[in-house]
Amino acid sequence: MNRDNLLTRSAFWRATAWGMGKVGLTGRSLVIAIPMLWLLVFFLAPFFVLGRISLAEAIIARPPYTPLFERGPDGTLEILASLENYRFLFEDALYRNAYISSIRVALISTIFALLIGYPIAYYIARAPEPRRSILLLMVILPFWTSFLLRVYAWMGFLRSNGVINNTLISLGLIDSPIQMMQTDFAVYIGIVYTYLPFMILPLYANLTKLDGALLEAASDLGASPMVTFFTVTLPLSLPGIVAGSMLVFIPAIGEYVIPALLGGPDTLMIGRVLWDEFFSSRDWPVASAVAIVMLFLVVAPIMWLQSVQNRREEQ
Amino acid sequence: MAHTASACELKPWRTEQSRPFISVKGVTKQFGDFTAVSAVDLDIFKGELFCLLGESGCGKSTLLRMLAGFEHPTRGSILIDGEDMARVPPDRRPTNMMFQSYALFPHMSVEKNVAYGLLREGMRKADAYARANEMLRMVKLEKLARRKPDQLSGGQRQRVALARALVKKPKLLLLDEPLGALDKKLREETQFELIKIQETLGVTFIVVTHDQDEAMTLATRIGVMRDGVIVQIGEPREIYETPNSRFVADFIGTVNLFEGQVDAVAPDMMRIETADLGPVLLPPVAGLTRGQHVWGAVRPERFTITRARPEQARNAWQGVVEEMGYIGHMSQYRVRLPNGVLIRTSQSNRLRDEDPISWDEQVWVSVQPVAFRVLTQ
Repeated sequence: MNRDNLLTRSAFWRATAWGMGKVGLTGRSLVIAIPMLWLLVFFLAPFFVLGRISLAEAIIARPPYTPLFERGPDGTLEILASLENYRFLFEDALYRNAYISSIRVALISTIFALLIGYPIAYYIARAPEPRRSILLLMVILPFWTSFLLRVYAWMGFLRSNGVINNTLISLGLIDSPIQMMQTDFAVYIGIVYTYLPFMILPLYANLTKLDGALLEAASDLGASPMVTFFTVTLPLSLPGIVAGSMLVFIPAIGEYVIPALLGGPDTLMIGRVLWDEFFSSRDWPVASAVAIVMLFLVVAPIMWLQSVQNRREEQ
Repeated sequence: MAHTASACELKPWRTEQSRPFISVKGVTKQFGDFTAVSAVDLDIFKGELFCLLGESGCGKSTLLRMLAGFEHPTRGSILIDGEDMARVPPDRRPTNMMFQSYALFPHMSVEKNVAYGLLREGMRKADAYARANEMLRMVKLEKLARRKPDQLSGGQRQRVALARALVKKPKLLLLDEPLGALDKKLREETQFELIKIQETLGVTFIVVTHDQDEAMTLATRIGVMRDGVIVQIGEPREIYETPNSRFVADFIGTVNLFEGQVDAVAPDMMRIETADLGPVLLPPVAGLTRGQHVWGAVRPERFTITRARPEQARNAWQGVVEEMGYIGHMSQYRVRLPNGVLIRTSQSNRLRDEDPISWDEQVWVSVQPVAFRVLTQ
């Protein structure tokens, strides 16, 4: 019985494999198919839905945008698509400023995350084994508490009667509280704090592979520690820097929660504009256009960097 | 007379008043509880090619790294050209090192790797690259100057590493297992090339190696290390012919050791009573007294094996050839004596047509009294 079962099963598998082979499918393509399917359903399909909405016009209806096809008065099928929303985006200074400001905030945050993250990653990578694991754990530890909770904690620190101001006043360093909440400064702190682990981990992975003999060789050839860093360590850690910067820059550019909670009314970021368009103005077509333009703004630099890196590796 | 003068110049360590170029004085290095190098004293002279020889973990690499400045001695001092190196960091030392892994910078071309040290001196770019290419010509790699290290073979990388270490004309070049990663044939070729380069440039070399053949070929002098201590320093010939301990005798080449006691000492002859060979006659050794525990050491090639009992031989034993290995220029034999003792011997094959002694033959093994080296430890 068991034997039969096995036989039929193997026969079934063989038949399946044969059938798959007939249509050009192998076990390998099956493995790739799963992530491909995932991307198709959860990324590409929504992307096309967004693209389609961005070509429509807002109406008060359900759903709140014009259909793509419509029967004309003479019974012909008309396609209702226009790039009006995109033209609107580029003409209205609000969106342009929001894009520029998002990129600026993301860029500055990335730079600060790199400046803070690099020494930490370097130190962890050079630490002896038991300590290294503990330090790595400490980098990852904040992820175990809610992201929102951590942002609220920062509010407690940065408020006018928060921890920082109270400490400075009690030490007599300042007379009146410094306004930190609802400024760009608070947004930078929030973003850098939140995304720092994404900078540290790829850098750590890169720096831990760095051969100590290379540093000794540089020093043996007359390079001071500083020169060794800039001529050997830094160039060799470039892939880690690129990976870490991407992981910080990309989520930071579309960040909504941190600017909403820590930033002021004049902190203009594209995530916030997007939210307002969708939920306050209920203008789905414009919101979709905003999202699609942002996607290209993020994708373009990545593809450029990838091609640069590929070319460098080929050399 | 002129002959002895030149020998003194070539072998400064033989003369008392020669000034050493590198002086290691009572250097100890401890890592926690572990003593890697223990109270080492060592003088090395200008133009020497000195080999530190020992098994892995004997402290030879640690000693080399202290000379380069990567490790600091726990105790003792290191002088290079009369200057105390205690407070001199690696980047200010007149030494360069060739690393065992070569440690070539993977993101730089061959040319850039070699020019790296010159640029750190503040040399102008054009001059530095010209010098680098000159050096690459010397190691026959000028055509590969633009390649990256990972596009080179192991032997080519080894040459780049050598060129990079030599380009700054260091007073002292430190080489950590310089030929360790090369295959046998390439290693032998490179050995002689290394000697030639060393003689041409007149740079003092200190080579760390675990390969005794390499040390014997390369070195002007060898320092044999064991457990952090230099057990013997000497020219290759001295180390081989007059080892000062069973360890050195056994480590360099093959040796037959016979344990025994001094039985009788006469002005012109001494007798040792050994467990394996019975009484053995040899020339007297100063400082030995009757009843002292000693070892007689004989190199395999000092034994003669013959079919007939040799006449006038004072030390001769009969046995059976148990194993024989034909190597070409010589043959190795293992002869088993009736009491079970195994003697390792080798005979050079000088004649093409001779009828060689072979397996299971009854033979006589004999040895001249002077071939014995008496060891007390």
